[in-house]
Amino acid sequence: MENYLIAMTVFAGIYAIMALGMNLIWGLGGMVNLGLAGFYAVGAYTSALVTTKLGLPIYLAVPLAVLVSALVGVIVAVITARLQGDYLAIVTLGLAELVRLTASNEIWLTNGTDGISGVPGPWRGVLSPTAFNSLYLGIVLCIIAVLFLVLSRLAASPFGRVLRAIREDEMIAAVAGKNVLSFKIRTFAVGCGLVGLAGALFAHYSSYVAPDVFQSIVTIHVILAVAVGGVGNMRGALLGAVIVIALGEATRFLAGSLDFIAPSQAAAVRESLIALFLIVVLNVRKQGLLPEKTPVYSEEKR
Amino acid sequence: MTAPLLQVRGLKRSFYGIHAVNGLDLDVSEGTITALIGPNGAGKTTAFQCISGVVRPDSGSVIFAGQEIAGCAPNVISQAGLLRTFQIARGISRLSVLENLLLYAQEQPDEAILSALLRRGRQAEEAALERAWQIVRKLNLLRVANNPAGALSGGQKKLLEIGRALMAEPRMIMLDEPMAGVNPTLSGEIAEHIVRLREEGVTFLMIEHHMEMVSKFCDPVIVMAEGRRLAQGAFKDIAENEQVQDAYMGRRRWA
Repeated sequence: MENYLIAMTVFAGIYAIMALGMNLIWGLGGMVNLGLAGFYAVGAYTSALVTTKLGLPIYLAVPLAVLVSALVGVIVAVITARLQGDYLAIVTLGLAELVRLTASNEIWLTNGTDGISGVPGPWRGVLSPTAFNSLYLGIVLCIIAVLFLVLSRLAASPFGRVLRAIREDEMIAAVAGKNVLSFKIRTFAVGCGLVGLAGALFAHYSSYVAPDVFQSIVTIHVILAVAVGGVGNMRGALLGAVIVIALGEATRFLAGSLDFIAPSQAAAVRESLIALFLIVVLNVRKQGLLPEKTPVYSEEKR
Repeated sequence: MTAPLLQVRGLKRSFYGIHAVNGLDLDVSEGTITALIGPNGAGKTTAFQCISGVVRPDSGSVIFAGQEIAGCAPNVISQAGLLRTFQIARGISRLSVLENLLLYAQEQPDEAILSALLRRGRQAEEAALERAWQIVRKLNLLRVANNPAGALSGGQKKLLEIGRALMAEPRMIMLDEPMAGVNPTLSGEIAEHIVRLREEGVTFLMIEHHMEMVSKFCDPVIVMAEGRRLAQGAFKDIAENEQVQDAYMGRRRWA
């Protein structure tokens, strides 16, 4: 049981990192990136491949995965420079599928749908499962703490202000003298890099990556996390990720305890309960549980 | 004679076969409040859109402070010191008044990610904030400084439009109907702000239908009709110009 709880917390942490990246791109920058699962896959596969095939150590593989994901993010941002809203959503969604299908079919590289197993984890061989899980949880939590501080600072900075302006009215941001495309590219780079980091952390934790893991449902869950937590609020993104994972697991037990329904019905009940919760939350608090705050400046005698 | 601060030659822009701006020539000398008037559909706003880079002109030349800016992106033109406001106030509603102003501050190092994380541009941000407070006081927006721009009254939104342009420390501001839909007291106030800013060295080109204001504060006045400059001169001469009267009232074909 305790291993299960630790594992779920690690997964919540991985989702939280993705939610932070999503909150930067979508929450602050207003760009609907539905390609999240794709960047998650790019990060996971990069780290898995360079450790299993090239024998790179984990501490080099993870930063490399972040870089590759960020680079893919830059390419996507340049390609989609003129797209907004629904159109950007469709193109990025297509990109995620592209990554997943490539991973399924380029068997020489990715081992196809069989996936890559035996991805190393830090000290996995020498530690007991519980110790390994706890160590990994510690690593993930430290990373989240650092990212949270960095992103909160970024959100409150002039950079974050320009992003929020672009989200509301791109043309005004341009008239204000800001190079909108450059801001979008940089935001995509950082945000997608973070999602790639989550992917790499997933690969080294689960020791196994396969195309099945990177379905669009991952993107949907992260979007839900950000929407429920509070679009544009970094605390909200963390809270939302925890809620989404907790809900997913809690409903598993709930549906399991209803022994008069078939397992397939139980799965449907789970999804319905999650959906119901989200509908209620977003009806009561449209801006999410922790809405974005505008900074208040005090007028000192200047 | 020195070259005009803004020089437009042969500016053209069509929308689906309609020649909104059709070979516009226009000069704005430094230190003036130049009015751009004309009947609805004369192409005044399209001319503004083209000059400020929001809409790409089909052809023509726009020289600002000796630099060709026709076809440049809006951010490049704003950075060159030519700012514009919008007819329908477009304050960013979810940003506070102060944030709207701060957004227009130029050369903020902390708009770069690394610099923002290290807060290298803290001094620039502090200086910008100080200027934002000054503008807020000057424009009587002090009490709403931390309110979201979306919660302002119509008149306050108009003031914020001007304030934002000022924040960029421009050489010239293009105002698109700064007094439209504003009560007489406030439009008088806006006019005072504009006159004072001119004394501080800012040049204005302003679209306005409020003829009393135009006659009082603007010289010269440029009249546009059918996408071109029809006449230019002091308000008194313009008002007596028969061509101009025709453009506004319609031609007297029966005469």
